[in-house]
Amino acid sequence: MPNLSYLKALNRAIGDEMDRDPAVCVFGEDVGVAVTNATAGLLRRFGPDRIIDTPISEQAFTSFATGAAMAGLRPLIEFQIPALLFLVFEQIANQAHKFSLMTGGQTRVPVTYLLPGSGSRDSWAGQHSDHPYSLFAHVGVKTVVPSTPSDAYGLLATAIRDDDPVVVFAPSGALGLREDVDLTRLAPVPLGVGRVHRRGDDVTVVAVGHLVQDALAVAEDLAGTISVEVFDPRSLHPFDWSGLAASLERTGRLVVVDDSNRSCGIGGEILATAAEEMRLIAPPRRVTRPDGAVLPFARELDLACQPTRTQLRAAVEKTVGAG
Amino acid sequence: MTDPTSTADPACDPAALYRTVALIRGFEQRAVELVRTGVIRGGIHPYTGQEAIAAGTCAALRSDDVVTSTHRGHGHVLAKGADPARMMAELAGRSTGLNRGRGGSMHAADFAVGVLGADAIVGAAVPIAAGAAWAFRRAGTDRVAVAYFGDGAVSQGVVLETFNLAALWRVPVVLVCENNGFATSMRTAETVAGTILGRAAAFGIPATGVDGMDPEAVQRATAEAVARARSGAGPSLLECATYRFDAHHTWEHTARPRYRTDQEVAEGRSRDPLHLQGARIPEAARARIDAEIEALLDQAVRFACAGPYPDPATALDHLYATGMRARAGAL
Repeated sequence: MPNLSYLKALNRAIGDEMDRDPAVCVFGEDVGVAVTNATAGLLRRFGPDRIIDTPISEQAFTSFATGAAMAGLRPLIEFQIPALLFLVFEQIANQAHKFSLMTGGQTRVPVTYLLPGSGSRDSWAGQHSDHPYSLFAHVGVKTVVPSTPSDAYGLLATAIRDDDPVVVFAPSGALGLREDVDLTRLAPVPLGVGRVHRRGDDVTVVAVGHLVQDALAVAEDLAGTISVEVFDPRSLHPFDWSGLAASLERTGRLVVVDDSNRSCGIGGEILATAAEEMRLIAPPRRVTRPDGAVLPFARELDLACQPTRTQLRAAVEKTVGAG
Repeated sequence: MTDPTSTADPACDPAALYRTVALIRGFEQRAVELVRTGVIRGGIHPYTGQEAIAAGTCAALRSDDVVTSTHRGHGHVLAKGADPARMMAELAGRSTGLNRGRGGSMHAADFAVGVLGADAIVGAAVPIAAGAAWAFRRAGTDRVAVAYFGDGAVSQGVVLETFNLAALWRVPVVLVCENNGFATSMRTAETVAGTILGRAAAFGIPATGVDGMDPEAVQRATAEAVARARSGAGPSLLECATYRFDAHHTWEHTARPRYRTDQEVAEGRSRDPLHLQGARIPEAARARIDAEIEALLDQAVRFACAGPYPDPATALDHLYATGMRARAGAL
């Protein structure tokens, strides 16, 4: 069975969607030479009318794509750096996202924003290490964070086909993952449907993006003593609340591991919703970046701000102990 | 009879231009009154005084061309062909409005006639117009887009970035700067270093200063820019010199901030596109148009006031084009 890397899965999804729909085109910086590798080979395959290298004008080309989308195209924009989303927050959150409602449903803005390398890249310092998916879920932009190669393929394909703006965060920590897959079975993955990676009875660990691998490792470590269920929401907005509720019906305990800053991160929302609406027999916990973290450069300091397996393991043990 | 200053340009229809100017003028008078009486909430940014620009530019466009507009956008929406009654209903927040009451004055849109929407962030729609125009050309059509923006917008980075993209990629967009002398309370000289035409020139974009009080001059200049865009030669910029007769926003009618003198306003209003264009057509024709507009706008106000208010249960309808529903704010 072929072994598919996460990055190749993204590349394959873009190519397949471009084959399928001539309205799909790609805008971004250095997408022709494929600096991130997500667009490798696509310029040769589809030509410069569909793989469009842009000047370093993120704000203009982001809204340019909005206009092109309203005129019938289905653009994908690649951003090399997650912090560029701060620069274009106006163009996504305040323009692209609002047009459907503000026009009373007269138009749609099917643009996909792809971040191949979100979160820390291991010492890329303060302005290249953000993971701002919670911001987009908060303002209501459809937000996905695939954790595996097949989900990267499936969620990116769905994002491109979706009639609304969708931000696809491909965590740096997951880009190196490989998975044996039957390429003919790669398929779109619906938004708002989570995935249970490992069944368990004692506690549900909700893990976002690359942290799914950490959650699985912790679950394995604890296997003799605590039965951990690993739930991957896959998309953060929409969120699979019924999937989470079903998991908590069984386990009654919740730990979230989330690469957001603590305050107002998606982890807080997951805890709050579970506390309000779902079955919990112990106080829930979360492991996150610190409040308002700016990732420092030095490796030790960078790592000190990210959720760790040790922290997750301790949180799981405390939560189960408390129950 | 007709005014000798009229151009006799066969492409210009003096009566049609007068009608559009009169329609916008009358619409804004009624809208301001409806703000005063509380029928329109949130106030408006009156277009009064700038009508020649909307009338002249839209007269040079086809129905399948598109425009993006600004917070001061009523003139553009009407001149492009939106129904004044549904426009007024939108301002009044009724479900019979163009945007079903979801947009209001600052976001009025009518995609059926090519109005991609007014935008309330200064300059924000300029790249949107350029993107739509680029898509038209890529599809092999000769459709064009017009981006309207004010003198305040030429200090926005995204606008200048768009000049660069549009020129690089020969985008069929006409950049129409309505220089009314003020970015809210700030005079153009206080906010613009260099010149507006010079900004376009720096990107190799042909730029022309236009008398923005003369609908025929605006139409002629736009026609040239549109022809250039349709031919594949790329963008042009028109700087239309105009004067805002009324407030930046109707809020000023009560707050009365003092950033220009009564004398200055009186001087600014002395050259009025309504009178200028009105003098170019026979008096009888003018009277006929005035009467027709009067009846049309009376009907528009009646339609707006009779429209139902939207059902609160539908507040988040259209949030997602796919129909996805958002969670409620309270359980």
